[in-house]
Amino acid sequence: MKVALFVTCLNDTMFPSTGQATLRLLNRLGVDVEFPTAQTCCGQMHVNSGYVREAIPIVRTFVEAFEGYDAVVAPSGSCVASVREQHKIVAARSGDSGLVKAVERLSPHVYELSEFLIDVLGKEDVGAYFPHRVTMHPTCHSTRLLGVGDRPERLLRAVRGITMVDLPAADECCGFGGTFSLKNPDVSVAMGADKARHVRESGAEVLVAGDNSCLMHIGGLLTRERAGIRVMHLAEILAAQEVVGA
Amino acid sequence: MIIQTTNGASPMTQTATFVGMPAFPIAAKSALANSQLRSNIRNATHTIRAKRARVAAELDDWDQLREAAADIKDDVLANFVRYLEQTEASLTAAGASVHWARDAAEANQIVVDIARSHQVKEVVKVKSMATQEIEMNSALEAAGIAAWETDLAELIVQLGHDLPSHILVPAIHRNRSEVRQIFIREMGKVGMPADADLGDEPAELAGAARRHLREKFLRAKVAVSGANFLVAETGTLVVVESEGNGRMCLTLPEVLISVVGIEKVVPTWTDLEVFLQLLPRSATGERMNPYTSTWTGVTPGDGPQEVHVVLIDNGRTKVLADEVGRQALRCIRCSACINVCPVYERTGGHAYGSVYPGPIGAILTPMLRGVGIDEQTDSMPFASSLCGACYEVCPVMINIPEVLVHLREKVVDSHRGGLPSTLQAAMSGASLIMGRGSRMSLMQTFTGLGGRLFQRRGVIGPMPAPLNRWTNARDLPAPPRESFRKWWARTDGGRKNSGSPASTSRNGTDQS
Repeated sequence: MKVALFVTCLNDTMFPSTGQATLRLLNRLGVDVEFPTAQTCCGQMHVNSGYVREAIPIVRTFVEAFEGYDAVVAPSGSCVASVREQHKIVAARSGDSGLVKAVERLSPHVYELSEFLIDVLGKEDVGAYFPHRVTMHPTCHSTRLLGVGDRPERLLRAVRGITMVDLPAADECCGFGGTFSLKNPDVSVAMGADKARHVRESGAEVLVAGDNSCLMHIGGLLTRERAGIRVMHLAEILAAQEVVGA
Repeated sequence: MIIQTTNGASPMTQTATFVGMPAFPIAAKSALANSQLRSNIRNATHTIRAKRARVAAELDDWDQLREAAADIKDDVLANFVRYLEQTEASLTAAGASVHWARDAAEANQIVVDIARSHQVKEVVKVKSMATQEIEMNSALEAAGIAAWETDLAELIVQLGHDLPSHILVPAIHRNRSEVRQIFIREMGKVGMPADADLGDEPAELAGAARRHLREKFLRAKVAVSGANFLVAETGTLVVVESEGNGRMCLTLPEVLISVVGIEKVVPTWTDLEVFLQLLPRSATGERMNPYTSTWTGVTPGDGPQEVHVVLIDNGRTKVLADEVGRQALRCIRCSACINVCPVYERTGGHAYGSVYPGPIGAILTPMLRGVGIDEQTDSMPFASSLCGACYEVCPVMINIPEVLVHLREKVVDSHRGGLPSTLQAAMSGASLIMGRGSRMSLMQTFTGLGGRLFQRRGVIGPMPAPLNRWTNARDLPAPPRESFRKWWARTDGGRKNSGSPASTSRNGTDQS
């Protein structure tokens, strides 16, 4: 199986540790992962902001970078949802029937990390060790758009040493919303403040999610409050292992 | 404020208007600072949200009902002319007069003319979104005719010279102590006053409203209603309600005028059954609403003897022409999307600057009004984090996030051609960078440098504009010195010299 990592533009630029963790995890599970360097972004920011025209070259680049792989894995529910739901819209807008067909071929092979681990590799216990108190924000795009269901939670519950605690009002949006966070910063922060409060109320030491975009927003509020709670991507917890002899 | 009509007839309250409201981000800012509003809306939406979820879960065919409802509405929209002609024929055969109105002005003129033909100075009203949409009360006021709202929440809004902030519960932004004050202050100016020692128990407030309204019900010659549904096969109008005030208006006066959006048509009574299961559960979280009134034209000796139906377009055919957006015409005004919306929960309805607030308002209003004309309307499709909670609960399966994104594109395209805005320039720049991996790598050299220059304790704190839109309230993680792709290139994906990127700590917190 030829597998490519779509690290996503945000992880690439801001959170390389998430890309490395994904790589470490997949390698440990015996998957050889390539990183096509032509890759850039899914184009969601453009589409969701109304700039569909500007998303056309991005989708084209995506298709060119990942065509021919059996599976493309991304540590982001939101970006994978964009690939599955929006790439066909962008391709249709381009008027290029070749691009439309290429998107149709490629999109079903693009997986969010928890989908790939459970549905493709059939792994629920990935051999991780993480002795901390953790709560999970399920993220709107992972659950409502992509429909990952309880996959991330099943993976986390199989981690040795972990204590999972419930997040109050977990299904409520954190208020990030892409450019919404800049166009409507006051509402975005009002929503995020409630989410951050729920995270604090959970008693967790770590907030985990499958999307660094939401975590950047919630985490930015938590550090501003000096809440003493850190945010981590799902891949980073699943990649964590006991250091023997340390 | 009271307006005394020139001929000294019944006094009127002055109706407020949404015209001239600022764009959503600005209106939202002041709404967010209103702690009373925040508390009222939070409590109300959470209560109704939980009730809806409970009763929707009772039906094991809920999703099939939703699909059936969407199919029925789509069939009507696909065969609009045929169903409307059938509706008109059925109504006429049953003794109703049918009027067609292209826009709000035509609809209002029809209502004013009918009221004038009966020489009345007042009408009583059943709660109706269509008449709110066309601002009928203001048009009647201008013609010297008082329009009395009889729905309890609409009465609170009207007496408070206020604007509705919710489709179903227009006074949701008011709590009972505020209602008590409005009743004591205002009721006496326009009719039966409230007792000076009125308490704020719901039963007492309802009693005061009942006494105030009964006088108007018994006196009114003309009533105006909307309709939840209009059954094409028989020409039957349907109103569902909780209080019974609607039933009073629909049965006591001699003349009944119903203002109905053309999308309210359902083909048959069998189709109606689907909606009567979905609407109350989605709206008030009840299995069935307390009052369901249906009427078919004129029945001699029983109820209004003159029945008018004003069928309004007012932008609906424009919505129909939009292939992606037309699904909004399925809307049955249940408010389920509003009640689950995390944005609405924090801003309330007034910030949307429309009688249709919340997610459905953010798509319906811009399509009814048209985009690219005013800043307020253009801001509406952006008033969403696209979390998708609205789509999940919509009983007629309107994919609201899909339409929001579609309308954002229309707004952006309507502003192309001039001098680019900051965001336009940023989007074009980002498109160029994201077109090539090598360009992204170059950009990351700069973000990495910026991270080193501006970080404090691993994060970027408050920054000047435009970054302050993020950093006023939130820290920004400092971009790492080495991006993933640079690390990959340097270490061949960790196979040689597998050092971590220079900075992998995030948000300034220590990694374990």
